[in-house]
Amino acid sequence: MINIVDYEGGNLFSVVKAFEYLGEQPQIITSPEAYQTGKIVIPGVGDFGDAMGELNARHFTQFIHEKAAEGVEILGICVGAQILFQGSEESPGIAGLSFFKESVRYFAPGGKIPHMGWNTLKIKRQNPLVVDVDDGGYVYFAHSYFIPAAMADYELAHCEHNNLFTAIINRDNIYGVQFHPEKSQKVGMQIMKNFIEL
Amino acid sequence: MLVKRIIPCLDVTGGRVVKGVNFVDLIDAGDPVEQARFYNDEGADELIFLDITASSDGREILLDMVRRVAESIHIPFTVGGGIRSVNDMREILRSGADKISINTSAIKNPLLITQGAKAFGSQCIVVAIDAKRKKNSWDTYTHGGRHSVDMDAIAWAKEAVERGAGELLVTSMDCDGTQKGFDNELLARISEEVSVPIIASGGAGTVQHFVDAIEKGKADAVLAASLFHFRKLTIREIKEAFIEKAIPARTQY
Repeated sequence: MINIVDYEGGNLFSVVKAFEYLGEQPQIITSPEAYQTGKIVIPGVGDFGDAMGELNARHFTQFIHEKAAEGVEILGICVGAQILFQGSEESPGIAGLSFFKESVRYFAPGGKIPHMGWNTLKIKRQNPLVVDVDDGGYVYFAHSYFIPAAMADYELAHCEHNNLFTAIINRDNIYGVQFHPEKSQKVGMQIMKNFIEL
Repeated sequence: MLVKRIIPCLDVTGGRVVKGVNFVDLIDAGDPVEQARFYNDEGADELIFLDITASSDGREILLDMVRRVAESIHIPFTVGGGIRSVNDMREILRSGADKISINTSAIKNPLLITQGAKAFGSQCIVVAIDAKRKKNSWDTYTHGGRHSVDMDAIAWAKEAVERGAGELLVTSMDCDGTQKGFDNELLARISEEVSVPIIASGGAGTVQHFVDAIEKGKADAVLAASLFHFRKLTIREIKEAFIEKAIPARTQY
Protein backbone atom coordinates (compact mmCIF):
# COMPACT_ATOMS: atom_id res chain seq x y z
CA MET A 1 0.00 0.00 0.00
CA ILE A 2 1.22 3.49 -0.91
CA ASN A 3 -0.03 6.38 1.25
CA ILE A 4 0.24 9.87 -0.19
CA VAL A 5 0.29 12.69 2.32
CA ASP A 6 -2.19 15.42 1.32
CA TYR A 7 -1.12 18.69 2.87
CA GLU A 8 -2.38 21.08 0.17
CA GLY A 9 1.04 20.70 -1.40
CA GLY A 10 -0.01 21.10 -5.01
CA ASN A 11 0.65 18.42 -7.54
CA LEU A 12 -0.87 15.51 -5.66
CA PHE A 13 -3.08 14.32 -8.50
CA SER A 14 -0.22 13.48 -10.87
CA VAL A 15 1.59 11.50 -8.16
CA VAL A 16 -1.59 9.53 -7.45
CA LYS A 17 -2.17 8.86 -11.16
CA ALA A 18 1.43 7.76 -11.73
CA PHE A 19 1.13 5.18 -8.93
CA GLU A 20 -2.17 4.02 -10.44
CA TYR A 21 -0.47 3.72 -13.82
CA LEU A 22 2.01 1.39 -12.12
CA GLY A 23 -0.82 -0.78 -10.83
CA GLU A 24 -1.10 0.58 -7.29
CA GLN A 25 -4.18 1.89 -5.56
CA PRO A 26 -2.63 4.67 -3.52
CA GLN A 27 -4.42 6.01 -0.49
CA ILE A 28 -4.57 9.78 -0.01
CA ILE A 29 -4.21 10.61 3.67
CA THR A 30 -5.30 14.02 4.92
CA SER A 31 -4.54 13.18 8.57
CA PRO A 32 -2.38 10.65 10.42
CA GLU A 33 -5.58 8.85 11.52
CA ALA A 34 -6.29 7.91 7.88
CA TYR A 35 -3.10 5.83 7.73
CA GLN A 36 -3.42 2.09 8.04
CA THR A 37 -0.35 0.40 6.66
CA GLY A 38 2.31 0.71 3.98
CA LYS A 39 4.77 3.16 2.53
CA ILE A 40 4.46 6.94 2.74
CA VAL A 41 4.99 9.48 -0.06
CA ILE A 42 5.37 13.20 0.68
CA PRO A 43 4.74 15.14 -2.54
CA GLY A 44 5.41 18.81 -2.67
CA VAL A 45 5.33 21.93 -4.71
CA GLY A 46 5.94 25.32 -3.21
CA ASP A 47 7.72 26.84 -0.31
CA PHE A 48 9.75 24.96 2.37
CA GLY A 49 8.20 26.99 5.19
CA ASP A 50 4.63 26.63 3.91
CA ALA A 51 5.11 22.89 3.44
CA MET A 52 6.33 22.48 7.04
CA GLY A 53 3.55 24.75 8.30
CA GLU A 54 0.89 22.65 6.55
CA LEU A 55 2.45 19.38 7.77
CA ASN A 56 2.59 20.70 11.33
CA ALA A 57 -0.98 22.01 11.20
CA ARG A 58 -2.19 18.54 10.17
CA HIS A 59 -0.08 16.78 12.84
CA PHE A 60 1.92 14.94 10.21
CA THR A 61 5.36 15.86 11.56
CA GLN A 62 5.23 13.65 14.66
CA PHE A 63 3.48 10.90 12.68
CA ILE A 64 6.20 10.82 9.98
CA HIS A 65 8.89 10.55 12.67
CA GLU A 66 7.05 7.67 14.35
CA LYS A 67 6.61 5.78 11.09
CA ALA A 68 10.23 6.41 10.11
CA ALA A 69 11.34 4.94 13.45
CA GLU A 70 9.15 1.88 12.78
CA GLY A 71 11.02 1.33 9.52
CA VAL A 72 8.26 2.43 7.13
CA GLU A 73 9.73 3.48 3.77
CA ILE A 74 9.20 7.19 3.15
CA LEU A 75 9.71 9.00 -0.17
CA GLY A 76 9.83 12.80 -0.42
CA ILE A 77 9.39 14.42 -3.84
CA CYS A 78 10.81 17.88 -4.69
CA VAL A 79 9.98 20.13 -1.70
CA GLY A 80 8.87 16.88 -0.05
CA ALA A 81 12.52 15.79 -0.32
CA GLN A 82 13.88 19.15 0.85
CA ILE A 83 11.83 19.08 4.05
CA LEU A 84 13.62 15.85 5.02
CA PHE A 85 16.48 18.23 5.86
CA GLN A 86 17.13 20.40 8.89
CA GLY A 87 16.31 23.72 7.24
CA SER A 88 16.43 25.79 4.08
CA GLU A 89 17.69 29.17 2.97
CA GLU A 90 14.18 29.57 1.53
CA SER A 91 12.63 29.76 4.99
CA PRO A 92 15.18 30.78 7.62
CA GLY A 93 14.30 29.70 11.15
CA ILE A 94 11.83 27.01 10.07
CA ALA A 95 12.80 23.50 11.19
CA GLY A 96 12.44 20.69 8.67
CA LEU A 97 11.90 17.02 9.49
CA SER A 98 15.68 16.81 10.09
CA PHE A 99 16.36 13.26 8.91
CA PHE A 100 19.43 14.82 7.31
CA LYS A 101 21.60 17.40 9.04
CA GLU A 102 22.42 19.68 6.12
CA SER A 103 20.45 22.74 5.05
CA VAL A 104 18.89 23.27 1.63
CA ARG A 105 20.45 26.17 -0.29
CA TYR A 106 19.80 28.62 -3.14
CA PHE A 107 21.55 27.92 -6.44
CA ALA A 108 24.88 29.55 -7.21
CA PRO A 109 24.74 32.14 -10.01
CA GLY A 110 25.25 31.01 -13.60
CA GLY A 111 22.48 29.32 -15.56
CA LYS A 112 18.84 30.31 -15.21
CA ILE A 113 17.04 29.90 -11.88
CA PRO A 114 14.60 28.13 -11.34
CA HIS A 115 16.46 25.07 -12.58
CA MET A 116 13.63 24.10 -14.89
CA GLY A 117 13.50 21.18 -17.26
CA TRP A 118 15.15 17.86 -18.04
CA ASN A 119 18.61 17.15 -16.69
CA THR A 120 20.79 14.08 -16.29
CA LEU A 121 21.23 11.86 -13.25
CA LYS A 122 24.73 10.74 -12.30
CA ILE A 123 24.29 7.54 -10.31
CA LYS A 124 26.68 7.52 -7.36
CA ARG A 125 25.70 4.40 -5.48
CA GLN A 126 23.73 1.26 -6.24
CA ASN A 127 20.52 0.89 -4.30
CA PRO A 128 17.16 -0.83 -4.87
CA LEU A 129 15.60 2.62 -5.65
CA VAL A 130 17.85 3.11 -8.67
CA VAL A 131 17.79 -0.43 -10.10
CA ASP A 132 17.50 -0.27 -13.90
CA VAL A 133 17.92 3.51 -13.87
CA ASP A 134 20.50 4.42 -16.48
CA ASP A 135 23.44 6.57 -15.53
CA GLY A 136 22.84 9.73 -17.54
CA GLY A 137 19.07 9.22 -17.67
CA TYR A 138 16.92 12.36 -17.94
CA VAL A 139 14.44 13.48 -15.28
CA TYR A 140 12.33 16.63 -14.90
CA PHE A 141 13.34 19.27 -12.34
CA ALA A 142 11.61 22.52 -11.29
CA HIS A 143 13.29 24.14 -8.26
CA SER A 144 15.35 27.12 -7.10
CA TYR A 145 16.82 25.58 -3.93
CA PHE A 146 19.01 22.50 -3.87
CA ILE A 147 20.20 19.73 -1.59
CA PRO A 148 23.98 20.10 -1.20
CA ALA A 149 25.93 17.19 -2.67
CA ALA A 150 28.07 17.03 0.42
CA MET A 151 26.78 13.83 1.98
CA ALA A 152 28.52 11.17 -0.06
CA ASP A 153 27.29 8.38 2.20
CA TYR A 154 23.65 9.19 1.54
CA GLU A 155 23.73 10.36 -2.05
CA LEU A 156 22.38 7.88 -4.61
CA ALA A 157 22.54 10.27 -7.57
CA HIS A 158 23.56 13.81 -8.25
CA CYS A 159 22.97 16.37 -10.94
CA GLU A 160 24.63 19.61 -11.97
CA HIS A 161 23.20 23.06 -12.63
CA ASN A 162 25.45 26.01 -11.70
CA ASN A 163 26.71 23.71 -8.94
CA LEU A 164 26.58 20.02 -8.09
CA PHE A 165 23.55 19.03 -6.05
CA THR A 166 21.91 15.86 -4.77
CA ALA A 167 19.14 14.45 -6.96
CA ILE A 168 18.38 11.25 -5.01
CA ILE A 169 19.14 10.71 -1.35
CA ASN A 170 18.67 7.74 0.94
CA ARG A 171 19.35 6.90 4.53
CA ASP A 172 17.95 3.62 5.85
CA ASN A 173 14.21 3.75 5.04
CA ILE A 174 14.12 7.48 4.16
CA TYR A 175 14.30 8.44 0.45
CA GLY A 176 14.14 11.78 -1.32
CA VAL A 177 14.11 12.79 -4.99
CA GLN A 178 14.60 16.43 -6.00
CA PHE A 179 12.98 15.96 -9.42
CA HIS A 180 9.40 14.95 -10.29
CA PRO A 181 9.42 11.20 -11.07
CA GLU A 182 5.69 11.38 -11.89
CA LYS A 183 6.59 13.77 -14.75
CA SER A 184 9.77 12.03 -15.87
CA GLN A 185 8.52 9.43 -18.32
CA LYS A 186 10.42 6.13 -18.41
CA VAL A 187 13.13 6.96 -15.88
CA GLY A 188 10.62 8.43 -13.43
CA MET A 189 8.27 5.47 -13.73
CA GLN A 190 11.18 3.09 -13.08
CA ILE A 191 12.09 4.92 -9.86
CA MET A 192 8.47 4.90 -8.67
CA LYS A 193 8.19 1.20 -9.52
CA ASN A 194 11.39 0.57 -7.56
CA PHE A 195 9.91 2.41 -4.57
CA ILE A 196 6.76 0.28 -4.74
CA GLU A 197 8.92 -2.86 -4.78
CA LEU A 198 11.23 -1.86 -1.88
CA MET B 1 23.23 18.91 -18.66
CA LEU B 2 19.98 20.87 -18.70
CA VAL B 3 18.32 20.39 -22.10
CA LYS B 4 16.70 23.02 -24.27
CA ARG B 5 13.02 22.12 -24.19
CA ILE B 6 10.75 21.69 -27.19
CA ILE B 7 7.14 22.52 -26.38
CA PRO B 8 4.08 21.98 -28.58
CA CYS B 9 1.28 24.41 -27.73
CA LEU B 10 -2.36 23.34 -27.95
CA ASP B 11 -5.22 25.85 -28.11
CA VAL B 12 -8.35 24.55 -26.45
CA THR B 13 -11.87 25.76 -26.06
CA GLY B 14 -14.68 23.97 -24.24
CA GLY B 15 -12.25 21.15 -23.45
CA ARG B 16 -11.53 20.52 -27.13
CA VAL B 17 -8.41 21.18 -29.17
CA VAL B 18 -8.77 23.84 -31.84
CA LYS B 19 -6.73 23.39 -35.02
CA GLY B 20 -5.59 20.02 -33.70
CA VAL B 21 -3.35 17.43 -35.19
CA ASN B 22 -5.08 15.67 -38.02
CA PHE B 23 -3.42 12.29 -38.39
CA VAL B 24 -4.78 9.03 -39.58
CA ASP B 25 -3.60 7.28 -36.43
CA LEU B 26 -5.61 9.55 -34.16
CA ILE B 27 -9.25 8.66 -33.74
CA ASP B 28 -10.27 12.09 -32.53
CA ALA B 29 -8.12 15.06 -33.52
CA GLY B 30 -10.00 17.38 -31.18
CA ASP B 31 -9.38 15.29 -28.10
CA PRO B 32 -6.73 16.91 -25.89
CA VAL B 33 -5.88 13.56 -24.31
CA GLU B 34 -5.09 11.93 -27.64
CA GLN B 35 -3.03 14.94 -28.68
CA ALA B 36 -1.16 14.96 -25.39
CA ARG B 37 -0.39 11.23 -25.63
CA PHE B 38 0.83 11.68 -29.18
CA TYR B 39 3.32 14.41 -28.21
CA ASN B 40 4.29 12.60 -25.01
CA ASP B 41 5.28 9.57 -27.11
CA GLU B 42 6.96 11.72 -29.75
CA GLY B 43 9.43 13.17 -27.28
CA ALA B 44 7.97 16.57 -26.47
CA ASP B 45 9.69 17.86 -23.33
CA GLU B 46 6.61 19.68 -22.12
CA LEU B 47 3.18 20.79 -23.31
CA ILE B 48 1.23 24.02 -23.03
CA PHE B 49 -2.56 24.21 -23.17
CA LEU B 50 -4.07 27.62 -23.76
CA ASP B 51 -7.78 28.02 -23.16
CA ILE B 52 -8.56 30.60 -25.83
CA THR B 53 -12.11 31.36 -24.77
CA ALA B 54 -11.41 31.18 -21.07
CA SER B 55 -14.90 31.92 -19.90
CA SER B 56 -15.49 31.28 -16.24
CA ASP B 57 -18.53 29.04 -16.91
CA GLY B 58 -16.24 26.64 -18.80
CA ARG B 59 -14.07 26.18 -15.71
CA GLU B 60 -15.21 22.70 -14.77
CA ILE B 61 -14.76 21.51 -18.37
CA LEU B 62 -11.20 22.83 -18.34
CA LEU B 63 -10.41 21.21 -14.99
CA ASP B 64 -11.77 17.91 -16.24
CA MET B 65 -9.53 18.20 -19.29
CA VAL B 66 -6.51 18.95 -17.08
CA ARG B 67 -7.22 15.86 -14.99
CA ARG B 68 -7.63 13.63 -18.04
CA VAL B 69 -4.40 14.93 -19.58
CA ALA B 70 -2.50 14.52 -16.28
CA GLU B 71 -3.50 10.88 -15.97
CA SER B 72 -2.49 10.16 -19.56
CA ILE B 73 1.02 11.59 -19.84
CA HIS B 74 4.21 11.64 -17.79
CA ILE B 75 5.72 14.92 -18.92
CA PRO B 76 5.07 18.34 -17.40
CA PHE B 77 2.43 20.66 -18.78
CA THR B 78 1.32 24.26 -18.35
CA VAL B 79 -2.23 25.58 -18.52
CA GLY B 80 -3.10 29.17 -19.38
CA GLY B 81 -6.13 31.27 -20.23
CA GLY B 82 -8.60 33.00 -17.99
CA ILE B 83 -6.73 32.44 -14.71
CA ARG B 84 -7.69 35.40 -12.53
CA SER B 85 -7.09 34.35 -8.93
CA VAL B 86 -4.92 32.24 -6.67
CA ASN B 87 -7.89 29.93 -6.33
CA ASP B 88 -8.05 29.46 -10.13
CA MET B 89 -4.35 28.56 -10.01
CA ARG B 90 -4.86 26.13 -7.13
CA GLU B 91 -7.67 24.29 -8.92
CA ILE B 92 -5.59 23.83 -12.07
CA LEU B 93 -2.46 22.74 -10.22
CA ARG B 94 -4.44 20.38 -7.98
CA SER B 95 -5.91 18.85 -11.14
CA GLY B 96 -2.44 17.82 -12.28
CA ALA B 97 -0.94 20.74 -14.22
CA ASP B 98 2.63 21.65 -13.30
CA LYS B 99 2.51 25.33 -14.09
CA ILE B 100 -0.03 27.99 -14.83
CA SER B 101 0.43 30.78 -17.35
CA ILE B 102 -1.03 34.24 -16.88
CA ASN B 103 -1.00 37.19 -19.24
CA THR B 104 -3.84 39.75 -19.17
CA SER B 105 -4.68 39.06 -15.53
CA ALA B 106 -1.03 39.62 -14.51
CA ILE B 107 -1.03 43.02 -16.20
CA LYS B 108 -4.35 44.00 -14.65
CA ASN B 109 -3.30 42.72 -11.24
CA PRO B 110 0.48 42.25 -10.93
CA LEU B 111 0.02 41.18 -7.28
CA LEU B 112 -1.36 37.92 -8.65
CA ILE B 113 2.15 36.92 -9.72
CA THR B 114 3.50 37.43 -6.21
CA GLN B 115 0.56 35.72 -4.55
CA GLY B 116 0.84 32.72 -6.89
CA ALA B 117 4.60 32.44 -6.39
CA LYS B 118 4.17 32.58 -2.62
CA ALA B 119 1.43 29.94 -2.62
CA PHE B 120 2.92 27.46 -5.09
CA GLY B 121 6.52 28.51 -5.72
CA SER B 122 7.91 30.58 -8.58
CA GLN B 123 8.51 27.44 -10.63
CA CYS B 124 4.72 27.12 -11.08
CA ILE B 125 4.15 30.66 -12.34
CA VAL B 126 4.69 31.42 -16.02
CA VAL B 127 4.03 34.97 -17.17
CA ALA B 128 3.17 35.16 -20.87
CA ILE B 129 4.12 38.36 -22.64
CA ASP B 130 2.76 39.28 -26.08
CA ALA B 131 5.12 41.85 -27.58
CA LYS B 132 4.95 43.91 -30.74
CA ARG B 133 7.88 45.86 -32.12
CA LYS B 134 7.76 49.67 -32.19
CA LYS B 135 10.99 51.04 -33.69
CA ASN B 136 13.66 50.06 -31.17
CA SER B 137 11.39 48.79 -28.45
CA TRP B 138 8.44 46.46 -27.97
CA ASP B 139 4.94 47.21 -26.69
CA THR B 140 2.99 44.81 -24.51
CA TYR B 141 -0.38 43.48 -25.66
CA THR B 142 -3.21 41.77 -23.79
CA HIS B 143 -6.35 39.76 -24.60
CA GLY B 144 -4.59 37.44 -27.02
CA GLY B 145 -2.90 40.35 -28.78
CA ARG B 146 -6.03 42.41 -29.33
CA HIS B 147 -5.32 45.28 -26.95
CA SER B 148 -2.21 47.36 -26.58
CA VAL B 149 -1.21 48.52 -23.12
CA ASP B 150 1.19 51.33 -22.48
CA MET B 151 3.98 49.13 -21.18
CA ASP B 152 7.44 48.41 -22.51
CA ALA B 153 7.68 44.62 -22.94
CA ILE B 154 11.22 44.40 -21.58
CA ALA B 155 10.42 46.52 -18.53
CA TRP B 156 7.34 44.38 -17.94
CA ALA B 157 9.42 41.19 -18.25
CA LYS B 158 11.79 42.45 -15.56
CA GLU B 159 8.94 43.49 -13.31
CA ALA B 160 7.16 40.14 -13.71
CA VAL B 161 10.32 38.32 -12.63
CA GLU B 162 10.87 40.66 -9.68
CA ARG B 163 7.31 39.91 -8.62
CA GLY B 164 7.94 36.16 -8.66
CA ALA B 165 7.46 34.76 -12.17
CA GLY B 166 9.55 31.61 -12.56
CA GLU B 167 9.44 31.57 -16.34
CA LEU B 168 8.47 33.88 -19.20
CA LEU B 169 6.64 32.83 -22.35
CA VAL B 170 7.60 35.50 -24.87
CA THR B 171 5.49 35.73 -28.03
CA SER B 172 6.38 38.09 -30.84
CA MET B 173 3.16 39.40 -32.34
CA ASP B 174 5.08 40.47 -35.43
CA CYS B 175 6.44 36.99 -36.11
CA ASP B 176 3.52 34.88 -34.90
CA GLY B 177 2.01 32.94 -37.78
CA THR B 178 4.59 34.07 -40.34
CA GLN B 179 6.81 30.97 -40.10
CA LYS B 180 9.76 33.29 -40.85
CA GLY B 181 11.60 32.80 -37.59
CA PHE B 182 11.42 34.01 -34.00
CA ASP B 183 12.14 37.60 -32.99
CA ASN B 184 15.57 36.72 -31.66
CA GLU B 185 16.43 40.29 -30.80
CA LEU B 186 13.43 40.53 -28.49
CA LEU B 187 14.17 37.13 -26.97
CA ALA B 188 17.85 37.90 -26.36
CA ARG B 189 17.07 41.29 -24.83
CA ILE B 190 14.68 39.72 -22.34
CA SER B 191 16.81 36.63 -21.70
CA GLU B 192 19.81 38.79 -20.82
CA GLU B 193 17.76 41.04 -18.55
CA VAL B 194 16.15 38.35 -16.40
CA SER B 195 17.39 35.40 -14.37
CA VAL B 196 14.54 32.99 -15.18
CA PRO B 197 14.09 30.68 -18.21
CA ILE B 198 12.53 32.07 -21.39
CA ILE B 199 10.22 30.18 -23.75
CA ALA B 200 10.45 31.47 -27.33
CA SER B 201 7.15 31.72 -29.17
CA GLY B 202 5.91 33.03 -32.50
CA GLY B 203 7.38 32.57 -35.94
CA ALA B 204 8.83 29.05 -36.11
CA GLY B 205 8.93 27.70 -39.65
CA THR B 206 12.11 25.67 -40.06
CA VAL B 207 14.51 23.61 -37.95
CA GLN B 208 17.05 26.42 -38.25
CA HIS B 209 14.59 28.85 -36.64
CA PHE B 210 14.61 26.74 -33.48
CA VAL B 211 18.40 26.60 -33.47
CA ASP B 212 18.52 30.38 -33.92
CA ALA B 213 16.08 30.97 -31.04
CA ILE B 214 18.52 29.10 -28.78
CA GLU B 215 21.79 30.44 -30.19
CA LYS B 216 20.79 34.02 -31.06
CA GLY B 217 17.66 34.48 -28.97
CA LYS B 218 19.26 32.79 -25.91
CA ALA B 219 15.98 31.01 -25.24
CA ASP B 220 15.75 28.11 -22.79
CA ALA B 221 12.79 26.49 -24.51
CA VAL B 222 11.06 26.80 -27.89
CA LEU B 223 7.37 26.63 -28.61
CA ALA B 224 5.40 25.99 -31.76
CA ALA B 225 1.81 25.07 -32.55
CA SER B 226 0.55 24.55 -36.11
CA LEU B 227 4.04 23.64 -37.34
CA PHE B 228 3.84 20.51 -35.20
CA HIS B 229 0.12 19.95 -35.57
CA PHE B 230 0.30 19.91 -39.36
CA ARG B 231 3.45 17.78 -39.34
CA LYS B 232 5.56 20.33 -41.18
CA LEU B 233 8.25 19.47 -38.67
CA THR B 234 8.66 16.74 -36.11
CA ILE B 235 10.15 17.08 -32.65
CA ARG B 236 12.72 14.47 -33.59
CA GLU B 237 13.98 16.58 -36.52
CA ILE B 238 14.52 19.54 -34.23
CA LYS B 239 16.28 17.43 -31.62
CA GLU B 240 18.57 15.96 -34.26
CA ALA B 241 19.48 19.49 -35.38
CA PHE B 242 20.11 20.50 -31.76
CA ILE B 243 22.49 17.61 -31.21
CA GLU B 244 24.33 18.40 -34.42
CA LYS B 245 24.82 21.97 -33.13
CA ALA B 246 25.84 20.74 -29.66
CA ILE B 247 22.64 22.11 -28.12
CA PRO B 248 21.61 19.75 -25.31
CA ALA B 249 18.48 17.75 -26.18
CA ARG B 250 16.70 14.81 -24.58
CA THR B 251 16.71 11.84 -26.91
CA GLN B 252 15.57 9.00 -24.59
CA TYR B 253 12.05 9.01 -23.28
